[in-house]
Amino acid sequence: MIRRLFIANRGEIALRIIRTARAMGLVSVLGVSEADRHSLPALSADEVVVIGPAPSAQSYLDVGAVVAAARAGRADAVHPGYGFLSENAAFAQAVAAAGMIFVGPDLASLTAMGDKLMARTVGIAAGLPVVPGGEAADKAAARAQAAHTGYPLLLKAVSGGGGRGMKRVDAPDQLDAQIDMAMAEAQAAFGDPRVYVERFIARGRHVEVQVLGDGHEAIHLGTRDCSIQRRFQKLVEEAPAPAIPADKRAAIEVAAVNLARHLQYRGAGTVEFLVDAETFDFYFLEMNARIQVEHPVTEAITGVDLIEQQILIAGGARLSLRQGDIRPLGHAIEVRINAEDWRADFRPSPGRVTRAAWPVGPGIRIDTHIASGGEVPPYYDSLIGKLIVAAPTRAQAVALLARALDHLTIEGVDTTRDLHRAIVADPRFVTGGVDTRFFEGLAR
Amino acid sequence: MSTPDLPLSPEDVAEIAAILDGTAYQRLDVTTARFRLRVARDGDGFTQEWTFGEDAAPAATVEAVATADTGPGVRAPLPGTFYRAPAPGAPPFVEPGATVGPDTVVGIIETMKLMNPVHAGAHGTIAEVLVDNATMVAKGTVLMRLDDTAP
Repeated sequence: MIRRLFIANRGEIALRIIRTARAMGLVSVLGVSEADRHSLPALSADEVVVIGPAPSAQSYLDVGAVVAAARAGRADAVHPGYGFLSENAAFAQAVAAAGMIFVGPDLASLTAMGDKLMARTVGIAAGLPVVPGGEAADKAAARAQAAHTGYPLLLKAVSGGGGRGMKRVDAPDQLDAQIDMAMAEAQAAFGDPRVYVERFIARGRHVEVQVLGDGHEAIHLGTRDCSIQRRFQKLVEEAPAPAIPADKRAAIEVAAVNLARHLQYRGAGTVEFLVDAETFDFYFLEMNARIQVEHPVTEAITGVDLIEQQILIAGGARLSLRQGDIRPLGHAIEVRINAEDWRADFRPSPGRVTRAAWPVGPGIRIDTHIASGGEVPPYYDSLIGKLIVAAPTRAQAVALLARALDHLTIEGVDTTRDLHRAIVADPRFVTGGVDTRFFEGLAR
Repeated sequence: MSTPDLPLSPEDVAEIAAILDGTAYQRLDVTTARFRLRVARDGDGFTQEWTFGEDAAPAATVEAVATADTGPGVRAPLPGTFYRAPAPGAPPFVEPGATVGPDTVVGIIETMKLMNPVHAGAHGTIAEVLVDNATMVAKGTVLMRLDDTAP
């Protein structure tokens, strides 16, 4: 039985988890760094425990410090959110060893999916198609693997997720420089410099499937399309994935459920696929064994609170939802508002938000931890909020998104708002079903 | 530091906007000891603007490194952690005496988990490196002195 939930995260997702915890009658205990002591999540949680100093390595990424804070908060469960320690098997183990429930999948699933290489092996074992590629522990191994895989190729952090440390390499002479940067970013973000070399499919779409499992049963909650990315950072996500033939979409969903069943998966997870934009052939990429940034678009079309499902399953409950209960309705789109100067190569723009006016109205959801006077510290990622719109049809959702962006004003830091205005005005986006090269072709 | 509850749920705010929509009022301001909420008409829609207690002091403070702000120099293009080398244990990008051009990468600043290159910004010779490796710097901090009088 979970009564006191420790939240080992910050920003909008911390506030999002606090809201569901409150609705479920749980006591929320938030772990914060020194830099986040006065954040909106800290003001909103029932109780707050300081984990450590501002830098993530000494607070949100410090397994010992986070577990100690959760124990000090007398928590009986720990929700890791996304990023930070959410997919760290050692953390899940430490939480369990301290007698608390980890709100996430079993250790076996985390281990199987925590590493892209093992994920690939497990995907093959579950009968899912995969893209050609292989691991590289150092530069020499990367050169050898690259020669084997062919160009263009992708370098990915083995322990990564969310695009950090991911680089595209078009020709052999670029390889050395890109490996240095990829390994440095992988080390900084995940504490593991190993990279994975993978063949780059030019006209691909990024389509993922939300799954829920209780160790016995597994269901899917439909697709999301996250093809609009810049340097593998998602900018826009929508549900369901538009412009995919019904039989292909069903095949992707079935493959995701097959993987969840193969893993006897417990909790919420996302199975990511690379989909060929012309043939709709699909390849399993990885599974994110956690809640994702873009989960609200799935919530918007299914009416299911995914954080609540995570907490219920972690508490030992069997799935109360059946596949037949999931009847997605309408269309939802999320845009990420980041504190970045998108016209200056997306340079991070930390600082104080002097004014934050977010849109409000029917079909509009805002997930943010930033109010007027809010602080965007330089230590963490740049997401300051998410604007989610939902409407009966995709065309209506696109129109609502355009209007909502007009009613969004952030002053004091630069944001990606106007980038999203350019995206929503792009005829390719209005039509729907774009591939991952969309961003390169965006008129600016 | 914590308060027992969020003042109003997102649904409450949406309802306030819907109520306003049926009236001639332009906006609604609610101010309490803990927060201020303004729901305002904005063309064909509504905005919500929240402000929380004034005691919420600036949370993040970047310790600026005191450096003499004279002469041509390489400045931090953004706040973050300054690194002299591309990877731990690797040789620094530049040492004093190195000849650089505007696009020469002389360091990295890690901000928000991203590695941002620092360019020299001008032709010259690196005269002195003023900031230690792995130091938190403010935007505009002079990282290196640049001697641009060389031929």
